[in-house]
Amino acid sequence: MRRALPIFVVLAGLLVAIAVVNPYFLEPTAFLAFVKRAAPLVILAAGQYFVIVSGEFDLSVGSLVTAEVVIAARLIDGSAEATWPVLALMIAFGLIVGLVNGAVTTLLRVPSFITTLGMLLILSGAVFLWTGGSPRGALSEQFRQLGRGSLGPVPWSVLILVAVAAAAVWATRARFGHTLVAAGDNDRAAALSGVRVARVRTVAFMISGLSAAVAAILLGGFAGVSAQVGKGLEFQAITAVVLGGVVLGGGRGSVAAAMAGAFTLEALFTLLNLYGISGALEPAVQGVIIIAAVALGAVRFPRARAAAAS
Amino acid sequence: MTQQLKLGRVPAGGSLLRRISADRPARPVYVALVLLVVLGWLVFALDGGTFLGQENIVGIQQRSAALGIVAVGQTLVILAGSLDLSVAYLISLTSLVTAEIMAGADSGVPAAVAAALAVSALIGLVNGLIVTRLRVHAFIATLGVALVVRGALDARYDGPAGSVPESFQHLGYDRIGPLPVSALLWAAVAAGAWLLLSRTRLGYRIYAVGGDAEVARLSGVRTERVVVIAHVLCSVCAGIAGLLLASRLGAGAPTVGTDGGYDLESIAAVVLGGTALAGGRGGVAGTVGGVLLLAVLDSIFNQLEVNSFAKDVVRGVILVAALAIYARGRRTR
Amino acid sequence: MLSYSRRFLAAAALAVLTLPVAACTSDKPAPSASGAPSGAPAGSAGPADKGTGEQSKFFVQADYDAQMAMRKAQPTGPSDKPWEQSIDPQLIDTAKYKKAGPYHLCFSNAAVDNPWRQVGWKTMQAEVAQHKEITKFTALDAEGKDDKQISDIAELTGKGCDALIVSPNTTATLTPAVSGACPKVPVIVFDRGVQTDCPVTFIKPIGGYAFGAAAAEFLVDKVPAGGKILALRILPGVDVLETRWSAAKVAFDKSDLQVVGVEFTDGDAAKTKSVVSDYIQRYGKLDGVWMDAGATAVAAVEAFEDAGQPVPPINGEDQQDFLKKWSDAKLTAIAPTYPTYQWRTPVIAALKILKGEQVPKVWNLPQPAITQENLATYLKPGMPPLHYALCGCEDLPGYPEKWGGTS
Repeated sequence: MRRALPIFVVLAGLLVAIAVVNPYFLEPTAFLAFVKRAAPLVILAAGQYFVIVSGEFDLSVGSLVTAEVVIAARLIDGSAEATWPVLALMIAFGLIVGLVNGAVTTLLRVPSFITTLGMLLILSGAVFLWTGGSPRGALSEQFRQLGRGSLGPVPWSVLILVAVAAAAVWATRARFGHTLVAAGDNDRAAALSGVRVARVRTVAFMISGLSAAVAAILLGGFAGVSAQVGKGLEFQAITAVVLGGVVLGGGRGSVAAAMAGAFTLEALFTLLNLYGISGALEPAVQGVIIIAAVALGAVRFPRARAAAAS
Repeated sequence: MTQQLKLGRVPAGGSLLRRISADRPARPVYVALVLLVVLGWLVFALDGGTFLGQENIVGIQQRSAALGIVAVGQTLVILAGSLDLSVAYLISLTSLVTAEIMAGADSGVPAAVAAALAVSALIGLVNGLIVTRLRVHAFIATLGVALVVRGALDARYDGPAGSVPESFQHLGYDRIGPLPVSALLWAAVAAGAWLLLSRTRLGYRIYAVGGDAEVARLSGVRTERVVVIAHVLCSVCAGIAGLLLASRLGAGAPTVGTDGGYDLESIAAVVLGGTALAGGRGGVAGTVGGVLLLAVLDSIFNQLEVNSFAKDVVRGVILVAALAIYARGRRTR
Repeated sequence: MLSYSRRFLAAAALAVLTLPVAACTSDKPAPSASGAPSGAPAGSAGPADKGTGEQSKFFVQADYDAQMAMRKAQPTGPSDKPWEQSIDPQLIDTAKYKKAGPYHLCFSNAAVDNPWRQVGWKTMQAEVAQHKEITKFTALDAEGKDDKQISDIAELTGKGCDALIVSPNTTATLTPAVSGACPKVPVIVFDRGVQTDCPVTFIKPIGGYAFGAAAAEFLVDKVPAGGKILALRILPGVDVLETRWSAAKVAFDKSDLQVVGVEFTDGDAAKTKSVVSDYIQRYGKLDGVWMDAGATAVAAVEAFEDAGQPVPPINGEDQQDFLKKWSDAKLTAIAPTYPTYQWRTPVIAALKILKGEQVPKVWNLPQPAITQENLATYLKPGMPPLHYALCGCEDLPGYPEKWGGTS
């Protein structure tokens, strides 16, 4: 947790900066709206954390989110009865995509960067082959509620986020979490000490696929069917995780910090927007901050050098 | 790229023999290329076209030249154990720098070429220094630089700008018999990189650093400098591709690099050519094969008028399958 | 540990400090007392400032005037087939291209990467299918890549096409390739243009100014004086979108409405919804929403619903999801269009040219707007949410299944 401290300090600083410009931000409804908006990215970052800490990448989550939403719209086609079965199917589909990513990476020994890049191409192509080029059907009101509605004053997506966060923290504290970090740190040593490296990594990919399914449910619910709902989310999720001090190459970092990284990214977008830094400067500021954050984080870890410099 | 991928690889040796064997993964890609050409010939014959006709041969070369040049540069950084996600935006930037400095006048050509190459070398230097000095993982470093370049593009340009003179368009459109000038440029870049990798100390060091940075360092290689140089060379290649595209388009365009998907496609071409993503193994010959493979595939897609979604599926499957085959070959060897 | 944290803090402080500095480049005074600057582009804040910023550098007064005139003009041709109509045609002779059938048509397509192009592409294929004299139709998809489209055009000119249809990916950069093809084969360009008049005909709806003006004039008409307008744009720098906004700016500047923000949404529904929610929160309420494209209009409407507010006058486009929302929620709305039926016209034009019949040099297609009066005609239950109502495809073989609908 101590290692994760800096990102929480940065996040707090950004939130204060937003509140200075927009005092309304600290009121419960506005703050909950912010959390609701950040929820899909935070959930994706939590999923991506498991893959990254085990030493791999998952580039397929963005197109998986799009695929899930398009699939849900076509299968539900506005019908209330179809909602729950399709939700279950979406979860299963996310797990299966993760399983395939994991199996190809660990059993066929394809680098995960390429496995998931291939999956990105396959998913984005296949789903639109199936629907004939653009989304069909419609999501039902019941489906939309999860991303759009709320329980009393608290949006459903915030509740789902809390549950996901609790589960993610629990998973990292459990034996699975330790073996995963061990595999990411040094897979040969981990294997020698009895860790089934291929299995834990595959589970990590399945968690990432699951997180994409949940993010898709929230995004589709929030804003409806769109052909580009997941566009660029994979890079945002990886950026968020890295911003949280998790080291690419595996073995170091906490899931709480990864999720804080996602909140930080979202807070940064909000702040840039409040200051009217639209369009042009936004990516530049984002780029500088990401490099700076990782550079400052890397200085403390001499061991990270090999991963970074080679 | 990731640490565990480096385990179980032979430490870099110095003999000429090893250097040649390092390029051995190029072989399967050429076998696949020959098979694909045969397939293409069959498809075209059945479909009433001529696959090996001049039009199609020229088309394949024209389509692959820009990606080919970027991929050669990408090969160098990947061999050195790094990677470069900033090439796409850099290509857009250099196409604009080129076209704006030329401004339609012949007299501007030398200055524009020099400026484009200088800008790209500078970006490469920044990439390299962030990766080595600030010890930021190449994925994040080059992604961050890409965002900064994108910011500059968004701030300065809202559409195609500048124009290149007729004389400069010869680079993009002329050909000598069946050989377009652009393909000759690509061949020259590839040959230069091949010579660099196989005949110079720097080339040997790139393999050594990518193979095992720690071993390389212990044997006296200044690993950081090697990585920086690889990044500069990669960016210069992207700059050359930007020049070529400016000549093709007749102007600079802020989206030509990203629309072309040169970042991920160049990485895909490199690994299709048998170069290990973790570095230290592979070579330019394989990359050229990988790019040609993608181009021949595109040509077959064109003939069959395959829709773009199906193309993506086929490309994804080929990419993963190829890498699985390489991994298998590596284990049984 | 301590030094590490401090370094990080320093970075955070630096980041926070740089923001206001960077923001100084767009210090347009906020129209309300909230103290939050709007995201509007920097502009000269004169007393008559409507919050619309500076005029786009893409704005061309002559083109604007021409399009405004065309909106009022009566098109010639069959009124039940708007894709065959043209406004103010300057007919040219095509006898030199006349040849006997059957014909081989070729098409270089920029991309099929969005629902608008999907609907158009299917419509064009169906149009081709109903002409028996077209025995071969070769289409190459450039996948949004300028360089590939240049190669595609070169490849098509070598395939023995009788006519070449081009939908350029970008205007300026495809000009050399089109110029190269013109001497070899009659070329028909549609949607975006090229900077040469060598193509036999250039087919387009009236244009972006007409779209933007129709939506803005509707708001000026429906929103009470002093009303707060939010303008949502997809992204800056795209010629066909810049013209839409610049015409709206002209209309708003002449009105007594106040544009409180001009925001870019990247065409992303979630971002659109967030932006609109932010503005509702900041200003209490909005009195009108102007959009440069309809794909995210439903998300904008939902932002008002989720805030528990009535939906103010808004414009969308002819996509089914918006028309359905309009009808269900009884919105005060208008849907200017950029009709997908223009994908039929190039095929018709190609056949006319090959038969030696006259065609307009610039084929201006009518560009109707969907209003409350004719909403019911364009609302087509059973069609996909992102289907464009003005496809003109209802009489084509395979409708509605081919377009993803059910009858």
